[in-house]
Amino acid sequence: MKIHWQILVVDDEDVMCESLAAWLREDGYTVDTASSGREAIEMAGRRDYAIYFVDLKMPGGMDGIETMMQIRKLRADASIIIITAYATVDTAITAMKEGAQEYIVKPCNPEEISLLVNRIIKVKNLQRENTILRKKLSRQYCFHDIISKNARMQQVLKLAQEIASLRSTVLIQSESGTGKEMVARAIHNSGERASRPFVAVSCAALAETLLESELFGYEKGAFTGAAERKRGKFELADGGTIFLDEIGDISPKLQVDLLRVLQDRAFYRVGGSEEVRVDVRVIAATHVNLQQAVTEGRFRDDLFYRLNVIEIRIPPLRERKDDIPLLARHFLERLAHELGKDVSDITEGALKLLMDYNWPGNVRELENAVERAMVTCRGRILEEEDFSFLAQAPAAKSLSIPPGISLQEMEKQLIVATLERTNRNIRESAGILGIDRSTLYEKLKRYEIPR
Amino acid sequence: MKFFYVAATAEVEPAPVHAVRECVERQFGVPVRHMELPSVDFAYDAGRRQYASIPVLEMVARHCPSDALKLLAITERDLFIPVLTFVFGHAQLGGRAAVISLARLRQEFYGLPANRDIFLERACKEALHEAGHTFGLVHCADAACAMSLSTGVRQIDSKLAAYCGACSARLGRERRTEI
Repeated sequence: MKIHWQILVVDDEDVMCESLAAWLREDGYTVDTASSGREAIEMAGRRDYAIYFVDLKMPGGMDGIETMMQIRKLRADASIIIITAYATVDTAITAMKEGAQEYIVKPCNPEEISLLVNRIIKVKNLQRENTILRKKLSRQYCFHDIISKNARMQQVLKLAQEIASLRSTVLIQSESGTGKEMVARAIHNSGERASRPFVAVSCAALAETLLESELFGYEKGAFTGAAERKRGKFELADGGTIFLDEIGDISPKLQVDLLRVLQDRAFYRVGGSEEVRVDVRVIAATHVNLQQAVTEGRFRDDLFYRLNVIEIRIPPLRERKDDIPLLARHFLERLAHELGKDVSDITEGALKLLMDYNWPGNVRELENAVERAMVTCRGRILEEEDFSFLAQAPAAKSLSIPPGISLQEMEKQLIVATLERTNRNIRESAGILGIDRSTLYEKLKRYEIPR
Repeated sequence: MKFFYVAATAEVEPAPVHAVRECVERQFGVPVRHMELPSVDFAYDAGRRQYASIPVLEMVARHCPSDALKLLAITERDLFIPVLTFVFGHAQLGGRAAVISLARLRQEFYGLPANRDIFLERACKEALHEAGHTFGLVHCADAACAMSLSTGVRQIDSKLAAYCGACSARLGRERRTEI
């Protein structure tokens, strides 16, 4: 896990700079050099180095101590090691007082420098791991935690940022694994409700009656086993945000109850007669097309319009393929810490393979794929063969039907896809398509599909 | 056809050169050629009474024949870089030239009775280590791997004259692209 840490060596003597840099590079670090204090400060402004080796005596009006002080203004948590050829107690004390982490006298024992660098990097690794774990634990995601350079995704994030401070209901529609909850949490954490609770409920996970008491709470004695009054998720989220995931799966009765909450911000606990008023922002999410569910009569149109005040559509990963390298590298770096594996990069070939894959499971699937590859890989770099398991799942290829094609064209595509899935087995394909074998033969002939 | 050149300066006795040649041939499976190098006296630093390894490595690189896959130089002189008290060797990371110093590999250097086997084994391990750098390998966390960092002879003695699985795999890839 050394590759991620960068080191800057600052010395006016070229030989000093280059030889130390080369020695550190052999240890696997990325090392830059600067020949003056001014250059070092400029470079520190552009890049966040983990360790700075700074020579004490440099000409040009800016010595090592001054350089260190300037760097510390820019990068408060930088680790700075002062190097000097002439050790005096005074300079050592000054250096340490001004915040140098260490003070070494050249020439220095290789073991000493090696131990020093390892010790600093160990602390840096722990600090970074701590930040990652804290974030994971509290899930305090912000917009800058959502990794994307894709133009459509940027539009989505811009919209989400704009509406973060409003109370309006948000409906997030997108496929599974695209990060609906992450966006919902980012909206919550960027708005005025950030200090108040964020309560997530998966509506698909619970049966109708359970979900009802989960959302609205219940009074003592409301049903068998209701020994105490219990507050529901809406009450728990008071002042904050409730995230209703898989909203498309809720029953008609709950749809009515929810409509009432959205209209009046008030509800009754199960078995209760006292009206409970709450100030809750609702963010709902679904992977099914709610508009279509409304057309088919499975979802109430009035509830749909109430929910769909602000609509956010997160594009599936296959439509933002330019994000794949970025995401893959992000997961690689994070998982290297979590799994404790020294895997530092991914080859261009492997990235191409990832770019060519369809990702039906979206970002979550990509994350799992990177994790699987990292667990099984033998080298320090992920290669194409580490992702060979992706190629074994061609059946997962989904059939996309762009609007604007004829029914006949659609039928042809479906037949081709079914044949591919069954390895061109006519009997099995006919069975899946629900037609006779003779009918299938006829269609193959009509659409000129090779058998 | 590319050759792995093992070169020595005039003061080096034949035994370590032979040992390194055999070791390199076994490891890399390419024909090894011998060549002589001029003295490294020009790099002498009177203040430190040692030899500056950067100009030595530059000289080695200048002598690299066109048919050389790599050129590994062996010298008796004690090498250093300005910031460190000494180096066991020095290599162009991902380049063609490398040099190892035998000065600190002998037991006698540390006031102990001479031991030829230990000395030759250390020379081979250092040769593999610096050769590994020329193939782009960096230090390995596996203390038994030839690519692990050694800042003293104890660490050299505790590693094997072989690369670990991960370093071997990477070496294989680098060699496929180089050859």
